[in-house]
Amino acid sequence: MIPVLGLVVGVVLGLLLQPEVPLWLEPYLAIAVIAALDAVFGGVRAGLEGVFNDRIFVISIASNVVVAALIVFLGIQLGVGAQLSTGVVVVLGLRIFSNVAAIRRHLLGA
Amino acid sequence: MSAPVRAAAWRRLKRLGGPRLTRGNLLAAGVTLLLGVALVAQVQSTAASDLEELREEDLIALLDDVTNRADKLEAEVRRLEQDKARLEAGGDDDAAARAAERRLESYQILAGTVPVSGPGVEVVVRDPERELNTTIVIDVIQELRDGGSEAIQIGEVRVVASTWVEMRRDTLVVDGTSVSAPYEVLAIGDPHTLAGALAIPGGFIDNVRRSGGSVDVVERPDMVVDALHEPSPHQYARPVP
Repeated sequence: MIPVLGLVVGVVLGLLLQPEVPLWLEPYLAIAVIAALDAVFGGVRAGLEGVFNDRIFVISIASNVVVAALIVFLGIQLGVGAQLSTGVVVVLGLRIFSNVAAIRRHLLGA
Repeated sequence: MSAPVRAAAWRRLKRLGGPRLTRGNLLAAGVTLLLGVALVAQVQSTAASDLEELREEDLIALLDDVTNRADKLEAEVRRLEQDKARLEAGGDDDAAARAAERRLESYQILAGTVPVSGPGVEVVVRDPERELNTTIVIDVIQELRDGGSEAIQIGEVRVVASTWVEMRRDTLVVDGTSVSAPYEVLAIGDPHTLAGALAIPGGFIDNVRRSGGSVDVVERPDMVVDALHEPSPHQYARPVP
């Protein structure tokens, strides 16, 4: 409940404050958001399985974001930033799908 | 997945849904709050930058397009600035006035509204047997024009673009004015060329002689064509804008 409220408050804050994203941060922010989404769905899944651990949740979200940003950074340095970003997005998208599928199985049994 | 597992999952979801102030919940809330802000910021910055969504080729084409247009506009600016500078320079007002004056002069000569002087030929046609016809008169005008004459006068009539010729009871009528014999034709131009044009075998002089007349051509270094043509206002013709 409170994490969902946190998300809503965050969205409202973003809409109200209109934070300016620095240009250098833009390629990382998109990937970081997707990585964080992946971690959030993973956290929901863990909660449904009764193994949710706040420490693991925070660490997983942080490591997801950092690793995603690192991969994009490396890609940009190597000149394949766009392709590597696509790769990261595909992998994270797959993970989000599998997490959502697990959540669906837990709640609906299908 | 068995039913007890599903029931447990629902139970846990309800527990998660409840407002429990645990450390984990608060931490997760903080993280999701950050996520929300980042999400909106990213969405809005993406929506704001329409160019970043384009592919590289499109961007290159766009850049080319803009560069081309900029080049063209710059060239136009340079041209207009040159024009401006030329117009602003005081001496060039005189140049424009001189050009306009020259044009006016040439139009006046063409229209026959001013007397002109210069080298030319004086042609006297004697036709004692009254055998001359309009064709021969038009022929002399044509030959003189062909020879580069710039002003022609027959008797006291200036020959212009609208001039017409008629034989009315053995009397030559040019532009409605009777011309008495012997017919005197004055033409300004290069005297030698004009005399040659009239003397072409089978040309004007031959024709007149065959009709029983005679022609005297005198080349003059300086002569005056002073008959004037009165231009009438145009009733039908209007310039196309």
